[in-house]
Amino acid sequence: MAVCIAVIAKENYPLYIRSVPSQNELKFHYTVHTSLDVVEEKVSAVGKSIGDQRELYLGLLYPTEDYKVYGYVTNSKVKFVIVVDSSNTSLRDNEIRSMFRKLHNSFTDVMCNPFYNPGDPIQSKAFNGIVSGMMVQTG
Amino acid sequence: MTQRLRTSGRRSGDAGPTDSTELLREALPNNKAPLGCYFHGVLPLKHMESQEEKPVIYTMENKPIVTCAGDQGLFTSLYTSLAQQLPREPMEWRRTYGRAPKMIHLEANFVQFKEELLPKEGNKALLTFPFLHIYWTDCCDTETYKSSVKEDMMRWQNTLRSHSSADWVIIVVESNETKKKNKPNILPRSSIVDKIRSDFCNKQNDRCVVLSDPLKDSSRSLESWNALLLKLRTLLLMSFTKNLGRFEDDMRTLREKRTQPGWSFCEYFMVQEELAFVFEMLQQFEDALVQYDELDALFTQYVLNFGAGDTANWLGSFCAPVRNWSGLLLRRPIDMEKRDSIQRGEASLLDLRSYLFSRQCTLLIFLQRPWEVTQRALELLHNCVQELRLLEVSVIDGALDCWVFLSCLEVLHRIEGCCDPAQLAANCSHTVGLWAYATDKLKCLGELCGLVSKNGPTSEDLNRTVDLLAGLGDERPETVNSLQSPYKKLKEALSSVEAFERHYLELSHAAMEMYQAIGRLRSARLVGKSLAEFYMRKGDPVRAEPFMKEALKSYESEGWRLPVTHTRRQIAECQKLLGRTEDYLRTSALLAGDVNLSTEERKHFCQEILSFAGRSGNPSHKVSLCMNVFAQLTRLQFRPATASVHSGAVLQVELTLRCLMPVPVCIQQLAASIHFDVDHGGTHGRSKGATRQTNQGTIEFKPGTSSAGPNSSTTAGPTLEMDEIQDRSPSDNSLSSVGVVCKNTHLIIRRRENGSPPETPNCVSPPTVAMKEGGQMLKVQNVKLEPGNNSITFTAPSGQPGTYTLRQLCATVGEVQFVLSPIYPSVRYEVYSQEPQLTVEPLSEPLLAGMPQLVKFTLLTGHYTVKKGDALQLSNTETMPILPSSSCTARISSPDAELVGESTLSIQSSEKVTSISLPPTLPYQVLEFQLEVLCIIPSGSERPANERLTNGEVRHRPRSYSHPDTPMTAIDQRMSIDCPWSIYSTLLALTFYIPFKTKHSLLSSGNRKYIQVCVQNVSDMNFTLTDMKLTEKQHSSLELQSLNTKTNQLLCSKHSVFCLWEVRWKDDLPSCLQCVFSANFCPLNQDASAFKPFHYQFQLERVTTLYSVRAEILPPPGEQHCRSGLVCGLEVCITRLTEPSEGEIAEDSKTDTDGLKNAKLMYEVADSSSNWAVCGKSSGMVLMPLKANATHKVQIEVMPLFAGHLPFPKIKVLKYLPHNAAAAIQPDPGKVPLRVKMIFFFFLLFSSFTCRIFVSISLISAAPLRLFTASFCVFSSCRPQTAV
Repeated sequence: MAVCIAVIAKENYPLYIRSVPSQNELKFHYTVHTSLDVVEEKVSAVGKSIGDQRELYLGLLYPTEDYKVYGYVTNSKVKFVIVVDSSNTSLRDNEIRSMFRKLHNSFTDVMCNPFYNPGDPIQSKAFNGIVSGMMVQTG
Repeated sequence: MTQRLRTSGRRSGDAGPTDSTELLREALPNNKAPLGCYFHGVLPLKHMESQEEKPVIYTMENKPIVTCAGDQGLFTSLYTSLAQQLPREPMEWRRTYGRAPKMIHLEANFVQFKEELLPKEGNKALLTFPFLHIYWTDCCDTETYKSSVKEDMMRWQNTLRSHSSADWVIIVVESNETKKKNKPNILPRSSIVDKIRSDFCNKQNDRCVVLSDPLKDSSRSLESWNALLLKLRTLLLMSFTKNLGRFEDDMRTLREKRTQPGWSFCEYFMVQEELAFVFEMLQQFEDALVQYDELDALFTQYVLNFGAGDTANWLGSFCAPVRNWSGLLLRRPIDMEKRDSIQRGEASLLDLRSYLFSRQCTLLIFLQRPWEVTQRALELLHNCVQELRLLEVSVIDGALDCWVFLSCLEVLHRIEGCCDPAQLAANCSHTVGLWAYATDKLKCLGELCGLVSKNGPTSEDLNRTVDLLAGLGDERPETVNSLQSPYKKLKEALSSVEAFERHYLELSHAAMEMYQAIGRLRSARLVGKSLAEFYMRKGDPVRAEPFMKEALKSYESEGWRLPVTHTRRQIAECQKLLGRTEDYLRTSALLAGDVNLSTEERKHFCQEILSFAGRSGNPSHKVSLCMNVFAQLTRLQFRPATASVHSGAVLQVELTLRCLMPVPVCIQQLAASIHFDVDHGGTHGRSKGATRQTNQGTIEFKPGTSSAGPNSSTTAGPTLEMDEIQDRSPSDNSLSSVGVVCKNTHLIIRRRENGSPPETPNCVSPPTVAMKEGGQMLKVQNVKLEPGNNSITFTAPSGQPGTYTLRQLCATVGEVQFVLSPIYPSVRYEVYSQEPQLTVEPLSEPLLAGMPQLVKFTLLTGHYTVKKGDALQLSNTETMPILPSSSCTARISSPDAELVGESTLSIQSSEKVTSISLPPTLPYQVLEFQLEVLCIIPSGSERPANERLTNGEVRHRPRSYSHPDTPMTAIDQRMSIDCPWSIYSTLLALTFYIPFKTKHSLLSSGNRKYIQVCVQNVSDMNFTLTDMKLTEKQHSSLELQSLNTKTNQLLCSKHSVFCLWEVRWKDDLPSCLQCVFSANFCPLNQDASAFKPFHYQFQLERVTTLYSVRAEILPPPGEQHCRSGLVCGLEVCITRLTEPSEGEIAEDSKTDTDGLKNAKLMYEVADSSSNWAVCGKSSGMVLMPLKANATHKVQIEVMPLFAGHLPFPKIKVLKYLPHNAAAAIQPDPGKVPLRVKMIFFFFLLFSSFTCRIFVSISLISAAPLRLFTASFCVFSSCRPQTAV
């Protein structure tokens, strides 16, 4: 399960970022922000080849000693980043993918809300609920 | 590359045997030596280790072993070419388990056959496994064969069979020489081979190969060589497949036992590695790598299972405390020390991982995949750290950091060693992770060992350092001599503060540069920020600041609030140390208002500002800070809401400031500077101001837009333009659907490419601001701003007319100014000055003439103050008198329609002028009062008779005209008013409408004359008409007798009233009558006092009757009655009644040729209703003498077409115009029998109107013949009377 989940706008500012409360939130902000480097790298590398059948899931962006950072980019260049604790080794790639898919679906629902102004921070309860379900349950 | 690697490896290692023949020769005396040379230490052959002095490590020099038995001399002679030619052609190796076939170049190490070489039962060693056994013979002599060779072969075969080795081949070498030599007792060559085959190769004929003339250069020789080589390769591969397959099966079986107690990973490791070695020997590096990866995965799984609570006994050795952290060792293909320790089961987790990785690394480099090495290295390092944690292995602090640091550098060195600099530079992205990781770890170590602090390491730190260094052990022999080994670096870095700094900076900069080179700017900045933190801990804020600012800029531009806050707090610390007061205050202000900080911290920063502000410094120098971080202008409200006042009026501006500070702040002065524009159109300011401030004088400042100025307005996007649509069904037009559409979706939905993050409060770097002095100011002194919303009210100056724009807002706290500049969206108010304005308008539309009507006077005083005694002077006109009224009150109201006062007006009328005294009124107020006026209806025909000719406007008289919108005739009534504020008269016009239309007509019956007047009500009101009178002005003898019965007549809207008078005269009827119709009218249901007179003047001319016409229809002769279809006679008798008048004679005189005055008359009989057929001549001309009683009779034949009561045919008598000859009309005569005899009288009247028309037409027209006109009037009493 994830320790931090972030949704980042096309312009690279966070639309939503949430981490497990037990850990240093700031550190995750830095981690997610830095991961954008790799996201951009991967997206632009894909763009060079035939980009039509682009895979949204970017895979492991980069590992750190403590965390694994996974990325996903929607077609409208909104990025999802999921940070997983490195010690959590039971998590498989497929599970990460399905987490991203779930996240994307929920994000789409948020965007479909006529009262949501695209570009605003996401405050949807439903989205929050989905994210909570994916986060590590602590305490 | 592989080749290069091999040679380079060889260079640094000891000298392994390079020449196989040499080796072979060496090998021959000692059967152990050749293997020993190759497999020193690699093989689990314990007996060999004793002979070793130094491990030999170049396993890739190994080749599969092929033993040679039989004639050694023969083999030696052929060895060179065999060893050379065997690997020349690749062979396809078909694999088991569905693995893809491979092309493989086979090499072999040919050794003399010994029984010891054959593997004993249970020996799993693969590297020393002889894959093929060859028996060489050149025997061509049956005797020799039988005597010795066969026996030898037999023994060989038995040995092999006893070891169940089936991979053998017998090579028979034949040459012509041997053949020749043995010619006498010759046997066919084939017979030896056949013999061997029959003796040894039952069913396996291919196990015996013939090599012909191997040393000759003939095609036959070549062919047989090729055949031999192919055979050897095939057999070798078969052997590989079989033996490796068996080995793999055994290995798998062993692996399946892993859940059994007593299973040892280390044992299994050795077995599988054996397979890897063989693959490596066969140069199948990929397959070799797979073996190691499988081992890796297996081990990883065990560790994970351990973490999940499933422990394996053997794992215990890996959980031993880490005592050595010397890092990876990648310079040797095989790290024998570690391999031994694994074999002994004494390896620590780090040892095992290190060994595995070093093997993987070696193979990957053979595979020319150095970048995979770096990637795997990073994963490995992370993984090891995790695994140690998972296994709860005790490690002293910093040991792992040392291990990781050394390992990172080792990997980097290894990669650098096999790539050229250009390649390295191009693949920074693969290495940069290691660099960053190493940097990070070194920093950790530095902190741990007290090398980062300002004061240097403490004794405790030093102890720790010693412990750490002890765990590194001695430097490895490979790197002892190199200057830049990771070992040396680490030792040096930990030795002193300076050395640490040097190494740390070197690494940091390398990592940053690499990140920048590959475009990972965020990562580079993060490293930079970490460097800045290092500098800060070293007490060097000067060098720290640029890195922090760089990082902050990046976070700000991308809108990451938490990193912004964190970095900003670090910067604040830095700036404080640097003594940059202004910058520090600016940052403090931002932090004080930052909701991401705790209240305590915010209070601290707020206090920093306030304490600076309270300091008595140089008053001339004030620090200006951006207001947005301090307080936000959220709302601005004008009172009055129109934001537009006349000069001198009171205008209040209420600001709502949301103070972001955590504590209340006292502000000495809050000022808003104003820019003043003289508005040239200021007199019309009201309307302009109203349109500009659309939202009722309240301007809401959105948090984002107020700060960044006009450029951020793009984020708001265009407003929606909505439209309603209705879909109606085409058949019955019923509504089937309604909706709302947005018309400018293309603008709204358009993707905005220039996206920048929305400005969250703390992510905006405030622009530097300066308060501009001068100009007008709105000021408030000593305000206390509470956290949250505060309301502050200013009174705005409104002296001069013009536009006032609020430019800056400035809050002063001691030495600190908070400036908001510019205020956006721009806020302005207007002060206008207005000229007095007087308007007069009807109270109700339309104004009707002839009745008292109320008109409203509205006076906008503008800048003029109405003083006591000021009066409006209205010039009186006759046509519109102002009716005096006793109680006329004036209302005075303010511009926003609030009643200020009421007072009675005094109106004084003199002959020329009506004077209205105005009550005193203040400027910019509205004065309203009503006056009653009466527009007198002009009597119709008082206009001169020649009006149509002059066609000019009558002076001083209101002109009446027909209005297009209404059937009523309109009169524009001008008013001239002299106002006290102007020397010019104000001219105003009111439009009145005449409610009636009047027509008159003259009717004749024989000698009698009647005058009919028709009054039509064209207005929308109902009237009562009374006292209708008709008078004649000139002729007193004339008597007009009213035939009207009612005196009061209701005249409804759109209806008419007809009045009739009979004219009676005594002597002569005057030819011209001047008549006046008069009546009183009033709106229905009003009392008699409201009656107003109505006059209508008209003139009647040529009233007298000139001719009488009498007609008679006679039955045809002999008939008593007129019958239908029979022609009857119509006798028309025209009689002149009066003597000719003067004018008449003059008119007609020209036409006469003789002396007698005649008038030419034309008659015409026509029946339009098809009752009669006029037969023969229907029209003609008669000459009538101009004297009384002259008579003319005309006979015309007419035929009635029907039986019954028939009206007479129409007889027209016309005055003939003499200009041209008349074209005779000759209608066909018809015959009508008429059974009815009737006598009628026709009166021909030339009324004044008809005459005039007649004349006028004759004057204008050039074709006079058909221009007749006449009026006939048939009285009811003159209806045809019938006698049957």
